[in-house]
Formats: sequence, C-alpha cells, structure tokens
Amino acid sequence: MHMLEVKDIHKSYGSYEVLKGVSFSVEKEETKVIIGTSGTGKSTLLKCINQLDPPDKGEVWLEGEELTSPSADLNRIRQKIGFVFQDFNLFNHLTAMQNVSIGLEKVKKMEKGKAREKAIEELKKVGLEKQADQYPAQLSGGQKQRVGIARALAMDPAIILFDEPTSALDPELIGDVLEVMKNLAGKVAMLIVTHEMGFARNVADEIIFMEGGHIIECGSPDQMFNNACKARTREFLGKISTLYGKE
Amino acid sequence: MILLGIDSVTNNLPFLFEGLGITIELTLISVVLASIFGIVLAMGRAYGKQPLPFLIYVYEKIFRGLPLLVIFFLIYFGLSQQGIHIKAFYAAVIGLVLHSTAYQIQIYRSAIHAIPEGQKTAAMSLGMSRLKTIYYIILPQVLRLSIPGWSNEFTILLKDSSIAFSIGVFELMARGDAINSMNPQGILYVLLFIAFLYFILVFSINRGLNYLEKRYKISGYEVTAVR
Repeated sequence: MHMLEVKDIHKSYGSYEVLKGVSFSVEKEETKVIIGTSGTGKSTLLKCINQLDPPDKGEVWLEGEELTSPSADLNRIRQKIGFVFQDFNLFNHLTAMQNVSIGLEKVKKMEKGKAREKAIEELKKVGLEKQADQYPAQLSGGQKQRVGIARALAMDPAIILFDEPTSALDPELIGDVLEVMKNLAGKVAMLIVTHEMGFARNVADEIIFMEGGHIIECGSPDQMFNNACKARTREFLGKISTLYGKE
Repeated sequence: MILLGIDSVTNNLPFLFEGLGITIELTLISVVLASIFGIVLAMGRAYGKQPLPFLIYVYEKIFRGLPLLVIFFLIYFGLSQQGIHIKAFYAAVIGLVLHSTAYQIQIYRSAIHAIPEGQKTAAMSLGMSRLKTIYYIILPQVLRLSIPGWSNEFTILLKDSSIAFSIGVFELMARGDAINSMNPQGILYVLLFIAFLYFILVFSINRGLNYLEKRYKISGYEVTAVR
C-alpha cells in the first residue's frame, strides 16, 4: 500500500478540462517534485488531493483512507496533509507563534501552554524563534513563508503539499525557504510544485513532469535531466538548462 | 432678557436627565441586539446556503428602504390595529433593531470581503471546520475592520432613537417637548440643552471607540489613517 495514492484524477472548470486523468503515488518520507509549464493543472492537482477543490472523477487515498469517499471525515484527514501556499495565507490577526499554534489548540485540542511550546519549537526549526511575537505584516516574504511551513509542520502531517512556495519571493529569500525545505527532506513526505529546477534536481527523489493535464514523464532527477525518454521532457528541461546553465 | 426662559432647563434638570437615561437604555439595548443580528446575518449572507443569503438580502433591501418613522408607526400603530399591542419602548427597540441590523449587515459584509479568501483555505487545510474557521479566523478580523463603520452606525442609532418620541416613548426629546408645551418661552434653551446632551454622548462614543480601535490595532492592519 502506498502512503498517498492518486488514481485517475479528472477536474474541469466549466467545459475546460484541467486534469485529464492523473495517477501517481508518494511513499513515506519521500520527496516528489512536480514541474511543468504554467496552467497545466499542477496547483489544481494539489487542491484535489486535500479536497479543497474536490476532483470530478478519480480517487485519492492517504494511509488507507479514501479522501474522495463521500463519507470521509475531511476535517480529521486534512490534519495529516500540510499545505504551504504560494502567497503564504498567514492569519493576519495572529502573531507568528499564534499562526503556528492555532491549529494545535483549536483543531488538535492541545492545551494552550503545550501548543505554544510546540509552536516555538517549530519556529526554531525554520529559524524564526526571534520573530515569534511579530505579526505577518512585520515579516518579510521569506519569513512569512517559513512561518507557513512551521504552521504545516506543527500538525505533524504525514505529507506536506507545497504550491509554488517560492514564486512570490526574491532570489535571496528563496534561498532561506529552500534551505528549510531541504532540511525537511527525508523527515516528512513532501509533494512540491515548483519552478526551482536546481532544487528539484538536488532534493527530489522523483520528478514528475506535467503538461496539458497529463503526466508526461516521471523519474529520478538524473534520468529526467540527462536521459529523459520523451522528446517533450527533453525540450522543456533543455530550455531550462539553456536559461540557467547545466548545474 | 436674553436669558428669559432658561429656568425651563434649570427647573427640569432631573426630569430631563431621566429622559436621557431612557434614551441611553433604548440605544444600548438596540445597538447590542442589532450588532449581534448584524454579524450573524452578514455571516449567513456570505457563507450560508441558498436560500438563506437571498432572504437576508431581501430583508436588507426592505429595511434600508423604509424611513424609520414608517417602521415605528407600522410596529406600534399598525400591529396594534391587528390586536398585537407592544409597549412603546419595546416597539421602539424592535424598530431600531430592524432598521440598524439592515445597515450593519453591510458594514460586516464589506469587512468579510476584505479578508483574503486564502486565509479561509489555509484554515480549512489545517482541518478546521467551516464554523471554526469563521469563529477563529474570520470573525476576529471582521470585528476589528468594522469598528469605524460600526461606531458611525452606533451614533446614528443614538440620534435616531429620538424618533421614538413619535410613538410616545418618554425619552429625552419627548420630555423636552413636554416642557416646551407647558412653557413655550423656554423652547430655545431646552432644545439647545437637549442638542448639547446628544452631542456629548456622540462625542464620548466616538472617543471611546477610537481608543478601542487603537487598543486592538494590529501592525499592518490599520484601518484608518493616523489623524
């Protein structure tokens, strides 16, 4: 049994079919990176997984439970799926620490003192314990995103979904966020939609290349970058290499 | 000569202050009820399942479209003709609440829309139910954002409460009128004194709410510019 299994997901908005049958799986503590041109349904796919935007057809299974079943207790299962957003989505009226602890207090019903202790611990992991009492508006973009990661981590999820976590950040801040994510690799399963090819190459266990609502090809970074089977994959990654250099 | 009739005020101070008490009571009861209904209905309009938002919309349109005096007369005289007798004070409370709720829904609704949708998504992805999301994430921000609009509505309601005079609630304005009909010479001073009392009340409310707004201000969340 796979930890996360996505089977034949279809999703349309009106008459436009964004996902045309996507299947893959993620194992415990595995890091998978989804790449592809914009508008190919990568972000939609993530939202289909935790049912924020339920798929029209297909199944999603996490640790033996079917999320797409009508009887699924989504509020409980979502606690096991962390989500890190492109535009952070921090709660503006709460401090960094409260942003991290609110899920523990109000969802996991953890006692307040303990929840805050754990929140501080998570903030330490992302290097922000000094910013614990600051509000989102007082944090830089990179700091906001690291709070977002700490918030997801605090729930002790089985997997964290990252939706282009660095695309709203400048190059310097991107480094801080990627560093945090790199440290998480191998500790918790991650499914990352990103355009950071260097990161994908260095950290991913497997890279999935998506286009037009399909998975075109998937494989290890080495295979994808050096020996891709499909011409389209070679073309896409070739363009990237020309842009950013080989290594 | 110029102070002719000022004794209409000085002789009737306890009588007028008692009226002021009724004005304050009427205002406070109405503003508390209208705020509660306003918040609940605004949430219902934003997050409820049809036909709830539509029904709230219809209610809002109707009561924002009627003069307060008409609402008072309908509740007090209209219902009484149908055998439903409501004491003038309670009729005034009902009228003010129906009227102010319709306006307050708008205040909270615009605050709700000012909160990025992504925060709701983030709360739900933590495993919060819709209700918890509204209670812990949306509501605290809505209340903060609503303070300026709400304080405006509060003072409007205070001033509107004087219309309760028309259905016989013996509040501040009605008492002034009673004094004047017994001693028309004092009319200017009595009205000026009443105006002064209303002004002081409105001024204090605005001051108090300004303080509240500053007290609960959050960095990056200032709703009004520094004055």
